[in-house]
Amino acid sequence: MFRSAQSVVNVGRVSSLGQMSRVKGYGALLSKTDIPLNIPSAFITLCSNRCKESSNKEISKDLEGRPLYLDAQATTPLDPRVLDSMLPYLTSYYGNPHSRTHAYGWESEKAVEKARKQIADLIGSDPKEIIFTSGATESNNISVKGVARFYSRSKKHVITTQTEHKCVLDSCRALEGEGFEVTYLPVTKTGLVDMEQLEAAIRPDTSLVSIMSVNNEIGVKQPIAEIGKLCKSRKVFFHTDAAQAIGKIPINVQEMNIDLMSISGHKLYGPKGVGALYIRRRPRVRIEPLQSGGGQERGIRSGTVPTALAVGLGEACSISKREMKYDHQWMEKLSNHLLKRLESMPEVIRNGDVEHTYPGCLNLSFAFVEGESLLMALKDIALSSGSACTSASLEPSYVLRAIGADEDLAHSSIRFGFGRFTTMEEVEYTAQRVMKHVERLREMSPLWEMHQEGIDLKSIQWSQH
Amino acid sequence: MASLRNEVLRLYKSLLREGSKFSSYNFRMYALRKVKDDFREHKCETDPKKIEAFLTFGKENLDVIKRQVMVGNLYRTENLVIEKKTG
Repeated sequence: MFRSAQSVVNVGRVSSLGQMSRVKGYGALLSKTDIPLNIPSAFITLCSNRCKESSNKEISKDLEGRPLYLDAQATTPLDPRVLDSMLPYLTSYYGNPHSRTHAYGWESEKAVEKARKQIADLIGSDPKEIIFTSGATESNNISVKGVARFYSRSKKHVITTQTEHKCVLDSCRALEGEGFEVTYLPVTKTGLVDMEQLEAAIRPDTSLVSIMSVNNEIGVKQPIAEIGKLCKSRKVFFHTDAAQAIGKIPINVQEMNIDLMSISGHKLYGPKGVGALYIRRRPRVRIEPLQSGGGQERGIRSGTVPTALAVGLGEACSISKREMKYDHQWMEKLSNHLLKRLESMPEVIRNGDVEHTYPGCLNLSFAFVEGESLLMALKDIALSSGSACTSASLEPSYVLRAIGADEDLAHSSIRFGFGRFTTMEEVEYTAQRVMKHVERLREMSPLWEMHQEGIDLKSIQWSQH
Repeated sequence: MASLRNEVLRLYKSLLREGSKFSSYNFRMYALRKVKDDFREHKCETDPKKIEAFLTFGKENLDVIKRQVMVGNLYRTENLVIEKKTG
């Protein structure tokens, strides 16, 4: 049917009113009349419907037990050693760490201060520069809004990138509403910040540059040390969201000239609901606090510090410091294995920079297969097509769009996230399942068939409405 | 020195035995891998002071494993898909 690359495909669809309306392009819809037209990937939705029917039995037969967990960028399991350090403070030692008049307060305070030191040791800072928060989202909000607002009299400009986490982008949007100017730097094809563009974007009234260390969707490592150096020379504060980087790659706030850094507990095998913010004291970075209250954490983050969570974050940092090299080697081993297995298939594209990357995060696009359909078929593996925050929507990831991935490839991406507790057997199992289902879904796809016949899909003029 | 060697071997066996009791597949596999790799990495260590330090560290971890195996058993989950397959 699609023999010529120039052929214009007209597809009829009988609507509920009995009229014929033309569908833009989706050849596979020919025999189906009940596919909603507004879904851009309707042709693949058809495939996913079909595979749901055909493989449901097979999946339910196979699916005895819990799925494997390969979504380490969304969250990581709590390390048993971390839980062990927390349990005393969830049971016996319940004092308020800010109580100065009795032993219950003192013992909690001592534990919190130890945790603060463990975090500081991991990133090479002074414990006094660590503030406990509820997580990286709060740390990012305090940094971006707090710095911009404090210096707003003389400086009205903030720089960030298009691939930042939603909480940084949203904080920037909020600032724009307050009259600040924000530059959203584009990134290169591989997801890296262009240093020349960054330098050109810095203005005399720039107060803050906020660039993440490791991207949560494509695992790209930004040149943090270079950015820090540039910001220092231009006297601009540098904030980095290191939620995905802390404990996984070496980060030193002194060597890398970082002024503010956000840390999350649950991305490094610590508890959820706790994070930290590093704020440089010399030269001092000043912040307008977001939260009013009892003035805890040097007035920057009022509210009682949750002792057990803080202790857990501290222990998680301490373990990560000790085992970073060991864990990193394991990540490389797992990621190389999966990559080797999956790249034996044709048309598998890796998203993000190959060299500047954290191996625990592998983002692959399987051309001619829709990511959602693949995820649906891989019910026995917990995977995601991108960030957990946006996983409810069918929109392709804005990060993949920012690195210039085609719409169809952005729709066919899957993120594989490994952790300390991932085994080689899990990775091999995943590789086999993915290969099986990618082949099966491609066999159903008319586009794949056309591609096999050598038709350049981009040259086809799909008929217009 | 011989007694120190015996103590190290005893600790190694205890760590493997207790680690294999984790009800969670991932924690169990990690514990076994980590214990083996750590002992292998330092198997040529001759400094008695360092060995003593490793022993203390290992014993602390053994206690952690014992407690966490108990906690894990209190909140068991279904086995993972991969466990059923390999039996």
